[in-house]
Amino acid sequence: MEEALSIHRLHFAFTVTYHYLFPQLTMGLALLIVVLKGLALKTKNEIYNRSARFWVKIFAVSFAMGVVTGIPMEFQFGTNWARFSTFAGGVIGQTLAMEGMFSFFLESSFLGLLILGEKKLGQVGHFIVALLVCIGAWLSAYFIIATNAWMQHPVAFSIAPNGTVQLTSYWGLLLNPWIGWQYLHTMAGSVVTASFVMASVGAYYLLASRTPQYGRLFVRMGVLAGLIASAVLIFPTGDGQGKNVAEYQPATLAAMEGLFTTEEGASLVIIGQPDMEKLRLDNPITIPNMLSFLTYYRWNAEVKGLDAFPREDWPDNIPLLYYSYHIMVGLGTIFITIAIIGGFLIRRKTIYDSRGFLWILMLTFPFPFIANTAGWMTAELGRQPWLVYSLFRTADGTSATVSAGNSLFTLLGFLGLYLLIGVLFLFVVVKMIHSGPSPDTRGLPHTAPEG
Amino acid sequence: MEILWFSVVAFMITVYALLDGFDLGAGAIHLFVARNDAERRSILHAIGPVWDGNEVWLVAGGGTLYFAFPMLYASSFSGFYLPLMVVLWLLILRALGIEFRHQIHDPLWKSFWDSAFSLGSLLLALFFGVALGNVIRGVPLQEDGYFFTPLWTSFTVQAEAGVLDWFTLIMGLVSLFTLSAHGSNFVALKTSGSIQHRARMTARFCWWGVVLSSTAALIGTTAIRPDIWDNYALHTWAYILPLLGLLGLGGMLFFNRTGNDPLAFLSSATFIAATLAGTAFGLFPNVLPATTDPGRSLTVYNTISHEYGLSVGIIWWSVGMLLALGYFTFLYRSTRGKVVVPAEGDGYS
Repeated sequence: MEEALSIHRLHFAFTVTYHYLFPQLTMGLALLIVVLKGLALKTKNEIYNRSARFWVKIFAVSFAMGVVTGIPMEFQFGTNWARFSTFAGGVIGQTLAMEGMFSFFLESSFLGLLILGEKKLGQVGHFIVALLVCIGAWLSAYFIIATNAWMQHPVAFSIAPNGTVQLTSYWGLLLNPWIGWQYLHTMAGSVVTASFVMASVGAYYLLASRTPQYGRLFVRMGVLAGLIASAVLIFPTGDGQGKNVAEYQPATLAAMEGLFTTEEGASLVIIGQPDMEKLRLDNPITIPNMLSFLTYYRWNAEVKGLDAFPREDWPDNIPLLYYSYHIMVGLGTIFITIAIIGGFLIRRKTIYDSRGFLWILMLTFPFPFIANTAGWMTAELGRQPWLVYSLFRTADGTSATVSAGNSLFTLLGFLGLYLLIGVLFLFVVVKMIHSGPSPDTRGLPHTAPEG
Repeated sequence: MEILWFSVVAFMITVYALLDGFDLGAGAIHLFVARNDAERRSILHAIGPVWDGNEVWLVAGGGTLYFAFPMLYASSFSGFYLPLMVVLWLLILRALGIEFRHQIHDPLWKSFWDSAFSLGSLLLALFFGVALGNVIRGVPLQEDGYFFTPLWTSFTVQAEAGVLDWFTLIMGLVSLFTLSAHGSNFVALKTSGSIQHRARMTARFCWWGVVLSSTAALIGTTAIRPDIWDNYALHTWAYILPLLGLLGLGGMLFFNRTGNDPLAFLSSATFIAATLAGTAFGLFPNVLPATTDPGRSLTVYNTISHEYGLSVGIIWWSVGMLLALGYFTFLYRSTRGKVVVPAEGDGYS
């Protein structure tokens, strides 16, 4: 049973982590494409349309990867987590079904027109299609966050006579107080990924002296969007999310921060290694009283440490949770620093010639993916040992009839398949970036004429 | 409430079978019917803008099933664990076949994705029939409502049967032939010239396959699950469904011979919809019969979700469905007519 539990957990963790590499890019990119199409409409400058066409190509293959790796997520609720699905289907079935009805139909119907329909739709029509695809993607994220928020902070339910949960308030579920900050924080993270990818491609074109007019546009747009998004990431969304954790999951907060004992005027840990044997932090570098201040806006406020909670309610992998959280915060700090320097260089109009900074921009693109992944690991490891916080334990949620051997078989299958398609995806995208946004009309797709 | 949501889920699965059915079928015949690169591009161009939307009916239908019948979703998805995972892998490969093939203009790259797309589509068409066969035959449900079936045991229909046995394989063939005919009709509808001719020939060949395998499946179903006819005995009006199916089957051959592709496509659609609706009607109220003890069968009544959630669901589902129908009308209107294959390097080329 124990062995099956860890394989089911790894199964979901691996497939969802891999899956989310793609939506975090496409959701942010969808917004940037809308901005490009909007600029094209406003300025009538063709460079924006050609840039949009280039990014739509990258968007399309990434979106396809997101779709094909996303379907297994919905399936796995039933295949690997059957007892959880029976228990919670009365509530989270709502949000998952709504995602299909309201966003997947929208996205999938207009994606083809975004890729192929520019000539036929005209520029205004194509802008509207880009906007609809973007709305579909952001709506999809809302339903998924609403689902996750219910697992983090269950609301609007009661336990039915057969022991499963039943919904008691539709709007209560959709307006769960956990959703707001988590949604905005996630979406800001997604825009950071897309912005840094755009800036990175731009920096590559400038450094390689290829299509410099696009290079300059991508660097400028990427840095500015990255600046706004990484600022929003820290305040107010990161701050608000942290306060939600402090209020609703105090044990998680203690584990994230590596706070083993309850303290008044708790200090904020910058670096240190949790030692789970001796229950202390080794080699800590801390800022005194900072954690109390950030959490409660009072320098001497009491912050509950892990000792305030029964051990069976502690997250079951505290070191990994602690590192995930610190990697996320550390990288977020680096992003805002890079974006501020970039914004400064744009003001001084020297950014396109600052080769050192362009090198940094070009090489930074993997880190937002890591930061977003670390952020989700913080949320999901922090929720442990609960599948639904304080209500339903992870160990009780697996499919009892699916053995460890069968689950391992399909986990290995996914590992192999995802490795293969990941390599092929990178191959395709690298080739697209290498070919660059072509100034001629090649790539402007034709569609079948009416009739 | 149970009947309403049963109908909703059955409706969504049927629409899925009709829509993704033709692009799966087009995929299954891809390698035989489209012989050169231009012809293959025309098939991909015909389904390129719509396959993703078609597949959403599976995802949205699955989501609605989860929402309305959580226990059924949990039990069947964990019980059919292995075949579902195989279905997922095939869906991934086939979709990437459509989306990746045209990204690099190299014959080996294209051949690889052509095969992935075609083989994936073919096996999926087979597997969906096998799945339906499993639902008709039933599964060894335990007392707690869960079960697990291996992929195969001895290929015979018995209490410990695997997912694949002679009956479910026949159902798989029904599905493969039907969707191939449906896909051929769609390809004939969207193309002209030699590929259209080959698509019509394939549709006719598949028609014989449909007739033979369906007859075998009908005999098999009556032998394994005679109670499927009980509902028909109670409500004789429902014989309209099998009659419609026969009408569709006849139409498939007739309009194929007269070269009327739109009506041939409509006929195969009628056959698919009528067969699925007829099966759903026969199974009701069972949604997953037990081979162990009929009392353990999962029915719409013992797997339905809770009252309040289902009532609000009626409202948002209706709104969502109206919107979706609007999008699909727009999508299919804007892609109607014969497909024009652009120069290499554009769109799905």
